[in-house]
Amino acid sequence: MDFPNFRNKLRLALDLLTEFYHAPYRGAIARAKRDEDDLFMLFVFSEMLGVSNPVIYYTLELQPILMNKFHDWHTRMGMKQSPLDSFRCC
Amino acid sequence: MSAVLLLVIGLAALLVGYKFYSKFIAEKIYQLDPDFETPSHTMRDDVDYIPTHRVVLWGHHFTTVAGAAPIIGPGIAVIWGWLPAFIWVVVGTMFFAGVHDFGSIWASVRNRARSIGALTEDVVSQRARTLFMIVIFLLLLMVNAVFGVVISESLQATPSSVIPTWSAIAVALVIGVSIYRWHLPLFWLTAIGTLALYLFIYIGEIMPIELPQRVLGLQPGAQWIIILFGYAAVASLLPVWLLLQPRDYINGIQLFIGLGLLYGTVLIANPTIVAPALNLNVPVGTPPLVPLLFVTIACGAISGFHGLVGSGTTSKQLNKEPDARFVGYLGSLGEGCLALVSIIVACAGFASLADWEAMYSQFGNGGMLAFVQGGATIVTAGSGLSFGFATTLLTVMAVLFAATTMDSGVRLQRYIIQEWGGIYGIPVLQNGYVATGLAVATCLTLAFGVGGADGSGGMLIWPLFGTTNQLLAGLTLLVISLMLVKLGRPARYTLIPMAFVTTMAFLSALYQLWNLYSNAQYLLLSLDILILVAAVFVILETGSAIVRERRSRQQPVTT
Repeated sequence: MDFPNFRNKLRLALDLLTEFYHAPYRGAIARAKRDEDDLFMLFVFSEMLGVSNPVIYYTLELQPILMNKFHDWHTRMGMKQSPLDSFRCC
Repeated sequence: MSAVLLLVIGLAALLVGYKFYSKFIAEKIYQLDPDFETPSHTMRDDVDYIPTHRVVLWGHHFTTVAGAAPIIGPGIAVIWGWLPAFIWVVVGTMFFAGVHDFGSIWASVRNRARSIGALTEDVVSQRARTLFMIVIFLLLLMVNAVFGVVISESLQATPSSVIPTWSAIAVALVIGVSIYRWHLPLFWLTAIGTLALYLFIYIGEIMPIELPQRVLGLQPGAQWIIILFGYAAVASLLPVWLLLQPRDYINGIQLFIGLGLLYGTVLIANPTIVAPALNLNVPVGTPPLVPLLFVTIACGAISGFHGLVGSGTTSKQLNKEPDARFVGYLGSLGEGCLALVSIIVACAGFASLADWEAMYSQFGNGGMLAFVQGGATIVTAGSGLSFGFATTLLTVMAVLFAATTMDSGVRLQRYIIQEWGGIYGIPVLQNGYVATGLAVATCLTLAFGVGGADGSGGMLIWPLFGTTNQLLAGLTLLVISLMLVKLGRPARYTLIPMAFVTTMAFLSALYQLWNLYSNAQYLLLSLDILILVAAVFVILETGSAIVRERRSRQQPVTT
């Protein structure tokens, strides 16, 4: 019996099974995750939007890290231009 | 007649359909191009648009479209004899469903993977799309109501199925959490989950559960319907990874096991078909075969719901355009196989013609009950499993299919209500809880409004559900035909099935109009009228678009 070949086929079958599990709901789960991320973005940038944030001391550190996602976020939220006066990303 | 002979003839015909007819359609009509870049590549985002292996996509497409409907429809329709149902399932799958499912994927792929509803707006008009949405909402409403009634009846008929049916939810929750939180390997979870489900079937047989005869004046049937919709509401609000995804997965596995078990035991036991080929002695009150056969069996012959799946999700994941034939046509063939075996077990799973006639004592009987009883007899004869275990096993299988469709159906209804809230500026409708509450309330209204206080007459919805489903299929075929006309290709291969299906659905709707009026079923009557009006408008819109397109192609260029 050709074991390496058998092992490869088994691995392919398991990969296909995993894909069969994940494929139908990949989009729905990614969207749900994005919704959570969007809420988090609002949380991080809330002070700059005029909403007081009791943990600004911590979230301020995150702003540079999340900055590259900022443009996608504000366009997704229905704001064509950056809502912040302090800086413009577009 | 030998059941194996019927099985072999049916399977051979379906295979010939795939081998030759689908090849012809792929090459000459849809003209699939291996070099065409599908939306899964051009619009790839690794979320919705992602190239997927065709076997996986076929599995996903097949398990999404195949549910309880191809079991119930043929199980009812054999009341006219096995031959009409058999011919309709085989011919319908080969020449109608295959072309329709395959075509909806192709049409969507050629239009940036837009759904068939969005395509209606693109190629027909915005008005047609709005009407299309109404038909889809009514279809979901009816499928949820009717499946609620069917599950309730099954849980009452087979009390041993109560524990395994509800335990399947626990199994799904454990699988969902194990995969996403603990990252356990799927293979072992599948094996353990499947074994656990069968263990619960065994426990269910030892501990059958029946609801009390009266709770707050409600009979067991009504109690189950309320519990089921309460569950569906909660399930549709839970994150999909927690319940819906593992439940769908388990169902997919059960579908393959169930098909293998039924086909295998039919081959081993080779039962005799006791039902007549053509039943000339139908019970009083049975509607005429034409046109009702063609709406009683929708899923399993042709179903508009498949077009929604094909154009909604499948087309976004198609790797190569020629895969549309494998996924779409073969997907409908899979459902045809399920309908075929449903016909066989409902006609060969009884000891004598008298037993069979007792099951089919009035129109609407049979359905899932005939599938379970007939199937259990054959499984027992072919595998040696006890009749009780086989009965519970098949009931659980069929109930799980119906329940998952309900979960998804209520969720989709909620999305549509939320979308309407956005379109018409009613913010309260956009709230998830309000939209779910409304979705469930409409389903309960229909189930009890039609079925009475105990919901027992809810199966009256079935023919109307089939009519709506067939109209949707006809409308999808119209959109595909219009695309073919625009491309200057022969459209008769989609127009002829469209004309047949739409005519039968219309005649059925008209027949039911009179029938529902005579029986004072005013709720269903109003739905029937609504469906007829919506369908007439969409067909007029699409028909005029086809004529416009043909005229514009015939006019000489003057500049």
